[in-house]
Amino acid sequence: MRFVFKTSYEQDINLFRHGGDRFWYGLLLLALAAAPLLLDTFYLGELSFILIYAIAATGLMLLVGYTGLVSLGHAAFLGIGAYANAYFISQGMPFLVSFPLAGLITAAAGLLIGVPTLRMSGIYLAIATLAFAYIVEQVFIRWESVTGGFRGLPVDAPDIFGYQLWERWEFYYLCLVVLVAVILGVANLLRSPTGRAFVAIRDSEISAQSMGINLARYKAMAFALSAFITGLAGALYGHHISYLAPDAFDIRLSIILLLMVVVGGVGSLHGAVYGAIFAGALPQVIAILRDYLPPAISQTPGLEPALFGVILVFFILFEPFGIYGRWLKIKLYFQMFPLYKKATFKRQKSYLKTERLR
Amino acid sequence: MNGIAVGCIYGLIALGFVLIYKATEMVNFAQGDLMMLGAFVAYTLISGLGLPYWLGLAGAVIIMAVFGYLLDAVLLRPVIGQPQFAIVMLTIGLGFILRAAAGFIWGHDPLSFETPFTGKVVNAGGVVIATENLAIIFGTVLLCAILYAFFRFTRLGVAMQASSQNQLAAYYMGIPVKRIFSMIWALSAGVAAVAGILLAPKFLIDPNMGFLGIKAFAAAVLGGFGSIPGALLGGLVIGVIEQIAGVYGPPGSHETAAYLALLLVLVLKPGGIFAQIGRKKV
Repeated sequence: MRFVFKTSYEQDINLFRHGGDRFWYGLLLLALAAAPLLLDTFYLGELSFILIYAIAATGLMLLVGYTGLVSLGHAAFLGIGAYANAYFISQGMPFLVSFPLAGLITAAAGLLIGVPTLRMSGIYLAIATLAFAYIVEQVFIRWESVTGGFRGLPVDAPDIFGYQLWERWEFYYLCLVVLVAVILGVANLLRSPTGRAFVAIRDSEISAQSMGINLARYKAMAFALSAFITGLAGALYGHHISYLAPDAFDIRLSIILLLMVVVGGVGSLHGAVYGAIFAGALPQVIAILRDYLPPAISQTPGLEPALFGVILVFFILFEPFGIYGRWLKIKLYFQMFPLYKKATFKRQKSYLKTERLR
Repeated sequence: MNGIAVGCIYGLIALGFVLIYKATEMVNFAQGDLMMLGAFVAYTLISGLGLPYWLGLAGAVIIMAVFGYLLDAVLLRPVIGQPQFAIVMLTIGLGFILRAAAGFIWGHDPLSFETPFTGKVVNAGGVVIATENLAIIFGTVLLCAILYAFFRFTRLGVAMQASSQNQLAAYYMGIPVKRIFSMIWALSAGVAAVAGILLAPKFLIDPNMGFLGIKAFAAAVLGGFGSIPGALLGGLVIGVIEQIAGVYGPPGSHETAAYLALLLVLVLKPGGIFAQIGRKKV
């Protein structure tokens, strides 16, 4: 087990705790950068899809995992980002302008739902965002002059300074760059006072308020930032599927996004990435398994959502900390080897007092 | 009339939400899917086994109640005392499983079964009313009266209210809180089954009818999520608003009216019409 001796306060908030972290993350980045040399086009496409999912999951993690606000409507933000970006590009805007613009518009939409719902928390917020997502989906269907309604909206390949990224590997690098930028941005945000305020709000709103945190401001900020990141993911998602239809952004996608956060591990950026890998790879695994299953099971149309549901239930019952939590436990087990205590990660259960006054 | 009948169904599903929320402070996102399952079970009993309608209804309600009890005892009991978020995700996952299971067992084609009310009309003073609508309204009113009396006058009902207000205190008073919770789930699943069966003559049964449950949220929130009369009233309001919006509003407003109403209520009066929510203490 490695002990880190802290000799200055700065070390508390370092991005990398020690040299080992730096080495492994560098290696991971190198491996990801080398992926186009090793993988064929199909798997590269799947990998970029996972990267896009990871961006969206990071955005949602900021809201759910760090600020404690549950959103069941993030597919709407993904959709807004995708449609905004596609519309601007179809109007002849270059990608480098339309991409951040799509993010900003999504952030505005995030404020639109975030500000009126400031007073809500928990379940009410979840329901409000759900309703918001339904309304946005209807807007996608009805606002035909912009979204093309059910006919759909084709998305052109992104062009950067007049150079169009037609190839899969070019698009893959674009996603990778955005993901690394987003993760670094969020990781940095989380060690700043703003990020600390988010976490304080998550842990106890009243205590946070007593410490002088402006709840309304920080909650709205969390919503806007989360929507911004999800909007960026949406823009890339649009390029990836290259043809937008309103039903791509329904409640199912919202739930898959939330599933990534839960399965990956609520409250950690690692978790967002693990969750994205999980949700992105599962359909492929199912597709491969399909060949080995009896046709009575493999031909059922609802197999994938059912599996998602089962996995979700299992994770919540048996591993509420998600994949990342499990990894931490295994790591600690070997670090402490004969001395590992089972209760280390035990969560305290609380008796429930009602939210109602009388 | 149509709006009121549909509103009653929303109200009944919302009632299921409210029952569970009132008692266990969990929100059951699978309520709509429980309703769907209830309708399918009734279909099997009535069309499949050839039981008479009323027997089939009673059977389906009992089966669903047992199912609800087991659901809570097996799946939800371990997460008591964990954050609400976990429970929300759990029930969402459950909804996915139920939907897929129903699709697997009964197929994805819409089904319907014969009821005593199908296709008949009553002529009341020049106003023609379909009996299926009347049955829905009458059934809802009856069920509510029963539930109201149950919560008000029976020991079990009072015990349910007590455990909803303070688990610890209820536990000290000798109430078997865990078992009470399971019973509430049973009750709620039974109500959902009734809603599904009443709805069956109006809509066709298919595995995706559970999405109706999300509109019932609007009803429950409108009524203030902790109040049984509120849920029913909320359901009626949503049903009527939806019909009016569908007739007079621009295209698409039929689908969005319920959600717009929901957002408006949440923003303007987050506690609903019958507010019961206060600020949570540390």
